[in-house]
Amino acid sequence: MNTNAPVGAEAYGAAAPPELVQLLTPEGERVEHPDYDVDLTPEQVRSLYRDLVLVRRIDMEAVALQRQGELGIWASLLGQEAAQIGSGRALSDQDMVFPTYREHGVAWCRDVDPIKLLGLFRGVSHGGWDPAEHNFHLYTIVIGAQTLHAVGYAMGIQRDGAEAAAIVYFGDGATSQGDVNESFIWAAVNNAPVVFFCQNNQWAISEPLEKQSRIPLYRRASGFGFPGIRVDGNDVFACLAVTREALRNAREGGGPTLIEAYTYRMGAHTTSDDPTRYRVASELEAWKLKDPIERVKAYLFKNELADQEFFEAVELEADELGKDLRRRCLELPDPDPLAIFENVYVDPHALLEEEREQFAAYLASFEGVA
Amino acid sequence: MTAMTTGPAGTAGGAASATQNGTANGTANGTAKGTAKGTAMGTAQGTANGTAQAARAGRTAGGRDGGTTTLTLVRAINEGLRRSMEEDPKVLVMGEDVGKLGGVFRVTDGLQKDFGEDRVIDTPLAESGIIGTAIGLALRGYRPVCEIQFDGFVFPAADQIISQLAKMRMRSLGAVRLPVVVRIPFGGGIGAVEHHSESPEVHFTHTGGLRVVACSNPADAYHMIRQAIRCDDPVIFFEPKRRYWDKAPVDLDAEPDLPLGKGRVVRPGTDVTLLAYGPMVRTCLEAAVAAEEDGRSLEVIDLRSLSPLDIDLVAESVQRTGRCVVVHEAPVFCGYGAELAARVTERCFYHLEAPVLRVGGFATPYPPSRLEDHYLPDLDRVLDAVDRTFAY
Ligand SMILES: Cc1ncc(C[n+]2csc(CCOP(=O)(O)OP(=O)(O)O)c2C)c(N)n1
Ligand SMILES: [Mg+2]
Repeated sequence: MNTNAPVGAEAYGAAAPPELVQLLTPEGERVEHPDYDVDLTPEQVRSLYRDLVLVRRIDMEAVALQRQGELGIWASLLGQEAAQIGSGRALSDQDMVFPTYREHGVAWCRDVDPIKLLGLFRGVSHGGWDPAEHNFHLYTIVIGAQTLHAVGYAMGIQRDGAEAAAIVYFGDGATSQGDVNESFIWAAVNNAPVVFFCQNNQWAISEPLEKQSRIPLYRRASGFGFPGIRVDGNDVFACLAVTREALRNAREGGGPTLIEAYTYRMGAHTTSDDPTRYRVASELEAWKLKDPIERVKAYLFKNELADQEFFEAVELEADELGKDLRRRCLELPDPDPLAIFENVYVDPHALLEEEREQFAAYLASFEGVA
Repeated sequence: MTAMTTGPAGTAGGAASATQNGTANGTANGTAKGTAKGTAMGTAQGTANGTAQAARAGRTAGGRDGGTTTLTLVRAINEGLRRSMEEDPKVLVMGEDVGKLGGVFRVTDGLQKDFGEDRVIDTPLAESGIIGTAIGLALRGYRPVCEIQFDGFVFPAADQIISQLAKMRMRSLGAVRLPVVVRIPFGGGIGAVEHHSESPEVHFTHTGGLRVVACSNPADAYHMIRQAIRCDDPVIFFEPKRRYWDKAPVDLDAEPDLPLGKGRVVRPGTDVTLLAYGPMVRTCLEAAVAAEEDGRSLEVIDLRSLSPLDIDLVAESVQRTGRCVVVHEAPVFCGYGAELAARVTERCFYHLEAPVLRVGGFATPYPPSRLEDHYLPDLDRVLDAVDRTFAY
């Protein structure tokens, strides 16, 4: 019997599920799960593979651009592609996403132009996409704050009687924040249509999970009164299946679910970080064997669902995407200095107008000065 | 104008992170300076290696017990923490990533190794929890030194600081002492993303019950952190993150030459008094050098302590010079300069040749980093204010 089953799982009328929902093994074997399944056409599997490869390529390019001084910093999603693409492709257009700063793969699924992400990390804007246009909220850097926004948004969905759900992304470290715990409470007492998608990448900068929790994170949910489930975060099929089900349940009035996507941050926390100070290389080696992309490739190969030509085409597309992104990043202009005063308020603000005028005059005083 | 703000510190940070990354930081289109300074979001700085090595070299050369050694500001605080922990077993260090990593800026580098996990605590990721439990530890006789990773992340702890830490002594009619230090790297100029460049000092100076200080150089940093830890009141300790890699000689065995609550004239002058603290002290010193070439003598005061304020030092200076310019990174509107302007006016009204002028950030959120050189006061904006004060 699995000792890690959610405490009180019976209370939800569910038999204790196996600890980790997995539908595709690291070797690319399709496996069965009593509660979850995905029925994907070969075309859909290839499409998922393409997503995974392209977002990894975007990420790689961004890391390179940072190394070359073109971005101030970059938070890499390396290793977390399946968690993000699996959950991102489970969304309906009406569902609303609340990301952290690392959800480049989910942003991809919501058609946010990756150049916007690069612009944030380059320092030309704080994000700058319209959340309502993509149903993808702005990146939130203050750990955990967005969980409450998601629950509030879900409460709005509830009141509108709309067929939609909110999904909020956060890390293992974030689960310690007061805001996150409060969001669990709000979601529970309101039976809000929200999915909590926690990417447990094992690390919060230098702190391993043991510094945040004595129990598996998904088991936190039961104490708050809603189901929690752990999914293989490197298995794009499982992430898709589990998130789809949680979203469906939320949309149909079933309330919140906590999904713990068990994965690994394969890169540094950000490009400023030096993980050799706090973790051993063998850990990374072990997780490389569970790479989220390799297993899909193996599955496609084994089942003859894709040929060499397909893989080459995806590689080519990735290279083009990377090149194009690089070019557009280098072309990103610095904002006009007076942009500092823009978008602070909806309506005119006397103090700001005064400061803007003074600063414009000050800048003008340099014109013509060598 | 903007080129000037980048200055040696920015360059140093960028160079160091380039070294650590093992890649050359970009020159690409000449505008790379804005980003190449590179730090931030959780894991700042690359300087780690360089800093640590410099300090180790410093130790063997100068020796930890052997008086003067050249240290970065990061290392100076590190040495101050180390000394305090050696002197008093009740001193604890706590915060996010302060253990093995040594903090994202490496301020606590090596402390967990030397003092153990009971005294150097990697806390869960929750700022309210850090301060709240520090209060409990203080109630039990400990002297916690809390690290808030970046200025913008102190706000989740605001309730514990403002409503609990600051007020417990009064609530107990003086029975309770809370010797808690809250260290906050603050200010911008490092090319960081949002929430990593803010100057939240007035939230705390506006709260009775907290002492608020800001160091500006390695020697002060070393002494002030030790004094803050010895202080029986809560101390909010601001560290000028963009000056973290500034180096200066520090006498580790010297006694501090000033009490924690006192300011210092860091450059004497006769024509204008510049008031600054933290990162802007160096900017003002640079402005004073530039002004000298124009035949103007600027006196620079490093306030060091914001609460209490060493108003006597300030008033004495302004009464001599007759002119006063306040410089800080935080927004001018309702900023610390507003208090200074009011007090200087009260104390020096008949000596003033011009109104007290203020240079600082705008009444906006901190802008994206590619605009920060415009937002932050630099040498030119300080000199512009100096010019204006002579126009009266
Ligand atoms: C309130 C707050 N405190 C501290 C930080 C600095 N910080 C940035 S990322 C991070 C760790 C986050 O870990 P986790 O939640 O596991 O997410 P991950 O970065 O691993 O995706 C920290 C401490 C922050 N951004 N916000
Ligand atoms: Mg994490």
